[in-house]
Amino acid sequence: MDLKLTTEELAFRNELRAWLESNVPKDWNEWREKPLEESFPYLRAWQRKLYEAGWAAVSWPREYGGRGATLMQQAIFWEEMARVQAPPMPNALGLGLIGPTIIAHGTEAQKKRYIPKILSAEEIWCQGFSEPNAGSDLAALQTEARLDGPHYVVNGQKVWTSYGWVGDWCELVVRTDASVAKHKGLTVLLVDMKSPGVEVRPLRQITGESEFNEIFFHEVRVPVENMLGLLNDGWNVAVSTLMHERGAFGARLTPMFKRNIDRLIELSRTVQRNGRPAGQDPLLRQKLAQCYAEVEIMRVNQMRAFSRISATGVPGPEGSIQKLFWSELNQRLQQIAQEMFGPYGQLVAGDEHAIDRGIWSHGYLRSRGNTIEAGTSEVQRNIIGHFVLGLPRSY
Amino acid sequence: MNFGLNESQEILKESARKFFAGECPISEVRRLMETGTAFDANLWGKLAEQGYTGIVFPEETGGIGLGIVELALLMEEAGRALLPGPFFSTVALAGSVLVACSGNAQSKKVLGAISRGEARATAALLEATASWDPADAQMTARQGRLKGEKLFVPDAAVADWIIVAAKNGVFLAEAKAAGVRVAPMQGMDLTRKLYSVQFDNTTAEKIGEISDIARALDVATVALAAELVGGMQRTLDLTVEYAKTRKQFGKPIGMFQAVQHHCADMYLETESARSAVYYAAWGVQENAPDASAAVSIAKMYASDAARTVGNRGIQVHGGMGFTWENDLHLYYRRAKASETALGDATFHRERIARLVIDSGAVSAQKA
Repeated sequence: MDLKLTTEELAFRNELRAWLESNVPKDWNEWREKPLEESFPYLRAWQRKLYEAGWAAVSWPREYGGRGATLMQQAIFWEEMARVQAPPMPNALGLGLIGPTIIAHGTEAQKKRYIPKILSAEEIWCQGFSEPNAGSDLAALQTEARLDGPHYVVNGQKVWTSYGWVGDWCELVVRTDASVAKHKGLTVLLVDMKSPGVEVRPLRQITGESEFNEIFFHEVRVPVENMLGLLNDGWNVAVSTLMHERGAFGARLTPMFKRNIDRLIELSRTVQRNGRPAGQDPLLRQKLAQCYAEVEIMRVNQMRAFSRISATGVPGPEGSIQKLFWSELNQRLQQIAQEMFGPYGQLVAGDEHAIDRGIWSHGYLRSRGNTIEAGTSEVQRNIIGHFVLGLPRSY
Repeated sequence: MNFGLNESQEILKESARKFFAGECPISEVRRLMETGTAFDANLWGKLAEQGYTGIVFPEETGGIGLGIVELALLMEEAGRALLPGPFFSTVALAGSVLVACSGNAQSKKVLGAISRGEARATAALLEATASWDPADAQMTARQGRLKGEKLFVPDAAVADWIIVAAKNGVFLAEAKAAGVRVAPMQGMDLTRKLYSVQFDNTTAEKIGEISDIARALDVATVALAAELVGGMQRTLDLTVEYAKTRKQFGKPIGMFQAVQHHCADMYLETESARSAVYYAAWGVQENAPDASAAVSIAKMYASDAARTVGNRGIQVHGGMGFTWENDLHLYYRRAKASETALGDATFHRERIARLVIDSGAVSAQKA
């Protein structure tokens, strides 16, 4: 066990730090409160800049435009990005989930066609997985594709699609064989969102925003060469995307959580509760300390999981607890913010009395979705019970 | 950066597990807990032969000179086996204080005797106020003599040396010195006995200042948290095994999600406590700037988690878990005693709050 950064890790960090120092946009704060529709071109330009310097997808192999970064280096990458408060990269799903899936399962022609434009944010990707009747039970999905000459013809509906409104391409899971067991008749198609018959509708969520979309497919023709992986092997392809979703994602969240609890502690020195700074209230300081500790534990759990994966090549059992841990922790963190701010906590963006321009009321509502998205807490506990502890399957 | 154990650490942990499984099975734990002191001289001799009694003491004091991470790994395995007797009090608690005060010749001598398995020691920290801050000690040594009562002193009846936190320093007294009276306190944990210790003009040597032992108490605290992790792991293993075999409604109860989810939470809590403990052990070992906060985080989390894991484990065992013959309650009792020892979660949250809220160690940018 040695928790000091290695020479290579230090070199990686220093190179990135130097680059960020002279390249990170200084005016992000003026843009961040604008609607995403307005700031999207700005964010695309930022990702392009990262891409041109080779920083857009550090984890990817060098031959596909990455740096072959280790998991520790990826963690360092997100820490440094958070440290300088860099804007997010807009092609998050393409970089984090779909690109790696294409690299793993795609043909050479597909890699050549799609990978560079994912990196440069020239083409934004979305993910067509969940359906109204296929959430936790993803393999029950009903969107179907039938072969018609050189095309698959797609009919059905997807829901909870992030970036659907701005997506150029979609990684779509469809049913190509309804006669076999539900996992065995699925196929993944790469679908041009500008195809005739694709209709995107906003899905208004609890926060009032439309982060997600519903997508309707009506007789959408997809060329057969857009199949990713093998026919009827879509479950394996989709699972490899989901593994990326639950794996390295924690590395991106840890610095954000750290920043949030640090900010709460800073505010606790000035925000008044019961006639004294909130941080001097005996109960609130206990809760803040508990939360600070849990964010630290999230970080060390992550480091331990990464070390395990680096040593064995496969995600260890620690990885499976991360999703469960961070989602429930964020809900506790947001609730502590609410308790600390009292009546101010409820004020939303635009109210002149809102603390930090309303990010905490938004955070409270948004965190409600954390234990549902990317696998509910119930499903995560089922996974731990069955795959980690070896208990018999419950369904 | 590598959070994994290196090869020699893996070997140490593995051989400790085998050693405890062979020399201290649960039948032996049950036999010893029925005795007055839970101490067995034969077992103690074997611990010394393994080098465990001097594992972290510097080589110049007769120890093996391994790190705090190694101590934590050993304590984790001791916790899994529910090792009874004075190992924690002698090696992790008193031993760490003696190392901090090893500029004193007598301290150094006692460390040597502990390493060789010839002596045992404990630390008398608490008084009637039960404050875990050693600076709150009221007992005062006058002309090298101690007078007054200390409470909740672990394993005092089998200790040869007693370290005393006093208002004017840290003192070392011989347990058999004139004026020392050791009386049992009847605690919940049957495997680690507690005592009150009265001093009546007892001769004691000053070996250091209270301010010298802060790091030593951090070492003892992380060691105790590591022991809790071992107990949690054993509770989890027993519970999962039971859930796979116990049948109700014609199925193993582990097939029901309500039971699976208890087990999943036990796993999350055990692994998270383990991460926190390893991180803290490394921090103390390397004198990292956040070491004290990390120790408090580890003890805070492990204190609460050990109790929760015990609760869930007994719940899954149903009526069996409530019986004397089932082993879970032995771990449950130890967990409760260790939860409060060296500060419970509330104590350590306050310590974290002082470090990160009051001292301004955290200064965030504007969100």
